[in-house]
Amino acid sequence: MTPRITLAVAARVLTQLRRDHRTLVMLLLLPCLLMSLLWWMFDELPGNTFDRTGPALLALFPFVVMFLVTSVTTLRERSSGTLERLLAMPLGKGDFLVGYALAFGLVAAVQSVLAVSLSVGVLGLDIAGEVWLLTVVAVGDAILGTALGLFVSAFAQTEFQAVQFMPLLVIPQILLCGLFVPRALLPGVLEAISDVLPLSYAVDAMQHLAAETGTSEVWGDLGVVAGFALAGLALGAATLRRRTD
Amino acid sequence: MMNNAVEAHGLSVRRGGREVLHELDFTLTTGEVTGLLGPSGCGKSTLMRVLAGVQAHVTGEVAAFGEKAGSRALRHRIGYQTQDASVYVDLSVEENLRFFAKVLGLGREEVERCIEAVDLADHADQVVDNLSGGQIGRANLAVALLGQPDLLILDEPTVGLDPVLREDLWGLFHRIAEAGAAVLVSSHVMDEAERCDRLLLMRDGVFLADGTPRDIKEKAGADDVERAFLALVRGVAA
Repeated sequence: MTPRITLAVAARVLTQLRRDHRTLVMLLLLPCLLMSLLWWMFDELPGNTFDRTGPALLALFPFVVMFLVTSVTTLRERSSGTLERLLAMPLGKGDFLVGYALAFGLVAAVQSVLAVSLSVGVLGLDIAGEVWLLTVVAVGDAILGTALGLFVSAFAQTEFQAVQFMPLLVIPQILLCGLFVPRALLPGVLEAISDVLPLSYAVDAMQHLAAETGTSEVWGDLGVVAGFALAGLALGAATLRRRTD
Repeated sequence: MMNNAVEAHGLSVRRGGREVLHELDFTLTTGEVTGLLGPSGCGKSTLMRVLAGVQAHVTGEVAAFGEKAGSRALRHRIGYQTQDASVYVDLSVEENLRFFAKVLGLGREEVERCIEAVDLADHADQVVDNLSGGQIGRANLAVALLGQPDLLILDEPTVGLDPVLREDLWGLFHRIAEAGAAVLVSSHVMDEAERCDRLLLMRDGVFLADGTPRDIKEKAGADDVERAFLALVRGVAA
């Protein structure tokens, strides 16, 4: 890996994103709109459901969005021939993967700063722990989404197929992450499955932050998320082949 | 002095369970523009992919400048233009060039030189998506020229271009060769043959002929390369 090349990849991805105004606006504003929708849904109901589900959603957005954006953009890069051209050049696979992760990690940071500020500042989301850590967790989730997206793009021939990996890999994680049913109350088998899914840890981290001031659990969860992200990037690297048929 | 840029012995390639290149032997020489001519589907692009080091399932020996094709040391020395427009359509010409230049560790002057070489200076700040097919092809070519590679592999670089521009590009290829590089240009249009120093005529994954346009025409007893090609095909069939 060469820092010069890694940064060049990241800068290029960001320039492409900057060109695509519609995508950029949606990336940055949709999470805010959805958080507002969630707040409105629970606003007049008894109990503090928004405080319970809000943090989980803050973990979900960057993961889901970056998964989709990355799987489609890398697929495009594979099918347009630009990836082949890059791999014929002195570019390390790590440069490509980390470049993408950096670029989308940065977008996720901006995205979560906006969503977190709105939720905590305007919608009155109650966070017991450090608010800035919410953004750190969100960036970790985004990188996880990016890593998984890079990986699955190797198994899709078309953008239609790439998008179908969402119900396969993402929705089960959303169902089992503790958002609908606390993980401890899931049937044993499902709880065991949710224990090996990365999104469970991302949501756990957010819920710890919302409920308590201690941060050791959060860092532990974040470590698991980072581990999954690294494993995803390694798997992604294995699917980038210089020589293809 | 003439040097072999590429040496291949017994080069075969399998794709989709089928052999598409069969036991090819050839060399490419620095200082020459070699034309790789043949109908579409004959294996030209596969052969170019082998030289660029991106083709899987290759058997036989292929070396460029003494290094095995695809080895790390060659990645700085080979310029490869794919047939598809391998550029980012949502970036401008200049942004594309600057990105690939950074990957190669090259500066801004080199970006300008390559944009000018393909006559795109007037369109440098336009997004590729808004360019014509021929202009996109030239942007694609400009990326291959970055860093003055010692071996330039160009897959159908002149398709769909206006004759004046085509003439200019062939002039450029010859200047690059004269400066000491080996240039391999593929085409499915036989009338481009006369512009090459040397020809490799290809059909169904084998070479029908290897030599100067003049030699090939003489040997086949034909007035132009297209007729020579036909005569050679019929000779093989007979």
